[in-house]
Amino acid sequence: MTMEWLVASAIGVLTAAGVYLVLRGRTFPVVLGLAFLSYAINLFLFAMGRLVIDRPPIYDKAAESYTDPLPQALVLTAIVIAFGMTAFVVVLALRTYLETGTDQVDGRQDGEARP
Amino acid sequence: MNASVPSLVVASLLLPVVIGSLSLLFLKHRLGLSRLVSLGSRLALVAIAAALTIHASGGTVESYALGNWRAPFGIVLVLDRLSAMMLLLTSVLALAVMTYAVVTGVDRKGWHFHPLFQFQLLGLNGAFLTGDLFNLFVFFEVLLIASYGLLLHGQGAPRLKAGVQYVVINLVGSTLFLVGVGLLYGVTGTLNMADMAVKIAAAPPGDQGLIAAGGLILAVVFALKAALVPLHFWLPGAYAATTGAVAALFAIMTKIGAYSLIRTGTLIFGEDAGPLAFLTGPWLLPAALITIVIGFLGLFAVRTLREMAAWSVIGSMGVLLSAISVFRVEAMGPALYYLLHSTLAGAALFLVVDLIARRRGPQGDALTAGPRFGQSEFLSGLFFLAAIGIVGLPPLSGFIGKLLILDGVRAAPEAAWIWATILITTLIGVLAFARAGSLIFWKSAPIEGDIAPPVPDDRTGGILTAAGLLAGLAALSVMGGPVTAYTEATAAQLFEPQQYIAAVLGETAGGRR
Repeated sequence: MTMEWLVASAIGVLTAAGVYLVLRGRTFPVVLGLAFLSYAINLFLFAMGRLVIDRPPIYDKAAESYTDPLPQALVLTAIVIAFGMTAFVVVLALRTYLETGTDQVDGRQDGEARP
Repeated sequence: MNASVPSLVVASLLLPVVIGSLSLLFLKHRLGLSRLVSLGSRLALVAIAAALTIHASGGTVESYALGNWRAPFGIVLVLDRLSAMMLLLTSVLALAVMTYAVVTGVDRKGWHFHPLFQFQLLGLNGAFLTGDLFNLFVFFEVLLIASYGLLLHGQGAPRLKAGVQYVVINLVGSTLFLVGVGLLYGVTGTLNMADMAVKIAAAPPGDQGLIAAGGLILAVVFALKAALVPLHFWLPGAYAATTGAVAALFAIMTKIGAYSLIRTGTLIFGEDAGPLAFLTGPWLLPAALITIVIGFLGLFAVRTLREMAAWSVIGSMGVLLSAISVFRVEAMGPALYYLLHSTLAGAALFLVVDLIARRRGPQGDALTAGPRFGQSEFLSGLFFLAAIGIVGLPPLSGFIGKLLILDGVRAAPEAAWIWATILITTLIGVLAFARAGSLIFWKSAPIEGDIAPPVPDDRTGGILTAAGLLAGLAALSVMGGPVTAYTEATAAQLFEPQQYIAAVLGETAGGRR
């Protein structure tokens, strides 16, 4: 199996799992789904710099070719933002659960009919 | 070039971030001082934005390279007519909302209202000024993170519930944003919007499918921010659950989506993009027309005044985006005029509704008949004016805006659809607001239990602020000539992206690649 196939299928599986979990009704799977989506997008951004091995990411007169350093910087930014946001969502979901007594995303109790 | 302009551009970002950080550190327990600092910095921001707008009205495009890293390698801030106009609109709205929050004591309901407000403005100003697509993502995150805090300000179960939904949907939106940016970077190898426009104009046919996919994914994200049907579900819940002052400030949040659609649509996918030119238009227009219909029909389905204000924001976004999505220079000027109007009108409506809810005691903003309440004479007048403004009846600027839009889209092939939708939904809006106003102000009904409406925190301050925003609408009508001249010049500049590209990339623009 080639590296391209592995990376592409990893992005696909992570995205599919993320989308499925985000559409669940309770906050915990939704938070996990958001985390999966951010992993998928980090891999995707990384792959946008083209998949190469054994190349330096910084300028070196002796090197013949480079790997693109910019996507790595973008991934770093995206990781930091996604990490902070995940922490925020966890705290918000916990607070909502304690305040409303339910962990349904739409805030309704189990089995409660739509008003 | 005026030497002070670059420093003013940077000051519009540094002022909120420095004052926000300082007040977070030192002013947590000093309410009086932090209010003074907040209002002072709001005034300073209005002055900066006004100076920048006067400069930009001359027609030059200023580019400021952060850290002096040359574009397209470094990040640039770009000031043109559109960004200057959006800066001025944001700062005026922020001044009014901050005044309202201070006089009604909303900022006392929880911690960190003032720093969050500053960071919100940092995100907004940055998004309007940046010339870099990834930097736009970062400023989107800044303004979203601050908006999460502001939305939850004051707390309470319904607000937390709406907050979870708002945060989750925006996080999914951010993920999509990164997909779009990643695709465009992967194909063009640049993140600078001006450079990307050059690269896309020269893209080989084999790459155009991927570029189109990236551009349309970005459009989905911006449409989500702009609450375009079918991506509008988050808005009524979030705007109706938060405090009136924050909802009024959020009137600019949907315009961020509209601004980004205009910027990417005219710059990156402008006329030079060949087969990719204006590729979002055919997708946006039907969605915008459905948004108008759903938004105005939603006015009949609501049970509270706040939800009503939220649905009317959706409807006005539909009108705005229908004019944008034809991507014609003669429709873009009216669209920008309507953008100014609908932001102020939406904010004014939210403030008036909040004032009514504060005086009605236990009933709040529910659409039910109830006992008479204090100052209802003034408030009925303000509600009447705000409703006229948001629906678009004369003499306020909504009427002029809609009239100009109808005139501007005349040459478009879809003109008949736009005309029919806007005219019929305006009638629907009039009916809905007449029904709500007569129910709230003219019908009275006894209610169960003790009637003890809370004494409002202030008698006149809030009313004066809301009236001030409505006076802004009147000023937009009275000053219609100069304002439309400016918006038309802005539209002309937007459809000549070569000037923007030359300002960003400098003399290298000609001989690239």
